[in-house]
Amino acid sequence: MSWPQGPLDFPIACPLPLRDYPEIVMAHGAGGAMTLELIEKMILPVLTNDALAENHDGAVMDFRAKRLAFTTDSYVIHPLEFPGGNIGRLAVCGTVNDLAMCGARPQHLSLGLIIEEGLPTPTLWRIIQSIGQTCRAAQVQVVTGDTKVVDRGKGDGLFINMSGVGAVVSSRPISPKRIKVGDAVLLSGDIGRHGIAVLSAREGIGFETAVSTDCAPLHNIALALLEAGLDIHCMRDLTRGGLASALVELTMASGNGIDICEAAIPVSNGVRGACELLGLDPLYIANEGRFAIILPAAQASSALEILRRFPAAQQSCQIGEVVKRDGGLILETIVGSRRQLDLLSAEHLPRIC
Amino acid sequence: MRHVDEYRDPARIKALIAEISETVSRPWTIMEVCGGQTHTIMKYGLKQILPKEITLLHGPGCPVCVTPPALIDQAIALCQQPNVTVCTFGDMLRVPGTESSLALAKARGGDVRIVYSPLDALALAQAEPKRVIVFFAIGFETTAPTTALTVYQAKQAGLNNFTLLVSHVRVPPALTALLNSSDAEMDAFLGAGHVCTVMGLEEYEPICAHYRIPIIVTGFEPADILEGVLMCVQQLETQRSNLENQYRRAVTWSGNQAARSMITNVFEISDQEWRGIGLIEQSGLRLRPEYAGHDASVRFANTLQDQPTAIASNECISGEVLRGRKKPAECPAFGTRCTPSRPLGAPMVSSEGACAAYHRYAAVPV
Repeated sequence: MSWPQGPLDFPIACPLPLRDYPEIVMAHGAGGAMTLELIEKMILPVLTNDALAENHDGAVMDFRAKRLAFTTDSYVIHPLEFPGGNIGRLAVCGTVNDLAMCGARPQHLSLGLIIEEGLPTPTLWRIIQSIGQTCRAAQVQVVTGDTKVVDRGKGDGLFINMSGVGAVVSSRPISPKRIKVGDAVLLSGDIGRHGIAVLSAREGIGFETAVSTDCAPLHNIALALLEAGLDIHCMRDLTRGGLASALVELTMASGNGIDICEAAIPVSNGVRGACELLGLDPLYIANEGRFAIILPAAQASSALEILRRFPAAQQSCQIGEVVKRDGGLILETIVGSRRQLDLLSAEHLPRIC
Repeated sequence: MRHVDEYRDPARIKALIAEISETVSRPWTIMEVCGGQTHTIMKYGLKQILPKEITLLHGPGCPVCVTPPALIDQAIALCQQPNVTVCTFGDMLRVPGTESSLALAKARGGDVRIVYSPLDALALAQAEPKRVIVFFAIGFETTAPTTALTVYQAKQAGLNNFTLLVSHVRVPPALTALLNSSDAEMDAFLGAGHVCTVMGLEEYEPICAHYRIPIIVTGFEPADILEGVLMCVQQLETQRSNLENQYRRAVTWSGNQAARSMITNVFEISDQEWRGIGLIEQSGLRLRPEYAGHDASVRFANTLQDQPTAIASNECISGEVLRGRKKPAECPAFGTRCTPSRPLGAPMVSSEGACAAYHRYAAVPV
């Protein structure tokens, strides 16, 4: 799966009459003519498909699959736009990736927009365009949606809630319960890009970085592993809390231990540099386009071969193994000592001196 | 990555461990002064790979940890005042005061903002002229120069709505206080490298001479710490007690003159209360009288005088941890009634606190 890196494939000009409404106002959410105008000019043309064209209260869909995966997530990121992405792309990728981790092919999405009065209309336009572009690349459709506007000061520019459904393609369950002692733990690429990209875009941090988010749909990669017949025991996308938190959760859910090797975990120089400067640990930095795969050790090399065919997973590698122990994630450090990694107890904040 | 990888090189670390093992002939106890060093020791599991003769004690060098609860209570009181904004570093938010914390006060409507530099607070004062900005300034000599520079700039610019609540502390008086206590166990100190980057080395030589104790000013990477330990052991094994500089790539004899003079221009030395330890003479910095207009304790004297006396938790043994008398795990509340999510004492909060380091980097029984 390759993500378009070139120029944007949509018109830059915003279709709403900007002279009249350079910012979103309360009336855009009041359900009247201005709401209609917003939806018809800014949303429908971008996300166009048959279900939306029905203009109905909900979407009616045909499903042949026996098993469906269903997920929901709310996106409240600040700032709304950051190096390599924005809240719109994040919402589509996040929802698609949750379905992919269930072994499903993502199909239909819902889009709930909660807009704060005063949001610049061009910003909303860029975000909606990005949602459309990401949906097309990921071959998914937004089939139903909702738009609300809240008073200034009662939102953070824009919140998005997105749900998604997809047909489960894996015949065997993919679940932490299937994790077995001796399984290999694979990682689909270098870690920490998303968190550092967002941090660099926040006001008040005062550092610039060339790091951009890793935010990308992962379902084609995950489905390629499943379609190759590999016995994937579990997959987990690494989001908030980073690699360490995701693996700690898997040890808790599976009742087994996981050992990982610090030297094997890829971290780009840009992320490392930012972490050194701010006193952050890459193991706990957010990702939006990376996942961990747990499968029988004998299948690890086949899985890595498939993963590395995808540009977004070229740095895939084995970082550890599942061991017989009553839970717990243990890191073998670069100096050969071992320490336990736990969930973060609070926000991951830069050190002070 | 240059300037980092060479100090984490596994081969270099093994060689240092081997040299320490060859040099040591009997048990020695070494205290690392700075919380940043404690963090490295725990993060890299250095205690696991050091020979058993070496005991590392963790010192009082976590600025968040030693900030007295009374000052946190004052910051909480100030953030609840109309048109007052308290700015501070993120770590300070969860540190418990007597009854509350800045994080709780923020959730209840107090205006508390996390900044990464005092200059961010100054920018806020410029942007919001109708609010009084209180920067809750904590830290050792490392952060004091930036605080000093900021208030100096505020005074120059006539930004009367910028104020400081100061809890800056100095390392040398804390070392002498530790050495003066009857149960001092340390045979040598790893000095705080970043503090000495600012202050230089000259304050430490009299301490070495008077107490006949080696002080090795040391950096923060694993190879720095191990080289510092090796230099301690070499001195101890040959009955020497000198001041030595391991962190030569950053520390010079006289330090950073510009930063030192900025501290002296703005601050004067004062007695200071250390959380869990008590009053240490000459161990603090306070604003000089000419900066009274920017001193929150002066500007808000009426508000602050009504504060009830701060009472520390009975169960928390952070004072003994900060003095190196007890290890965090010896506390009956460690990991149970006291966790980073629900801290009883400051060392469980700060990323440089010994209790938080023990909790986060729990070693694995080998």
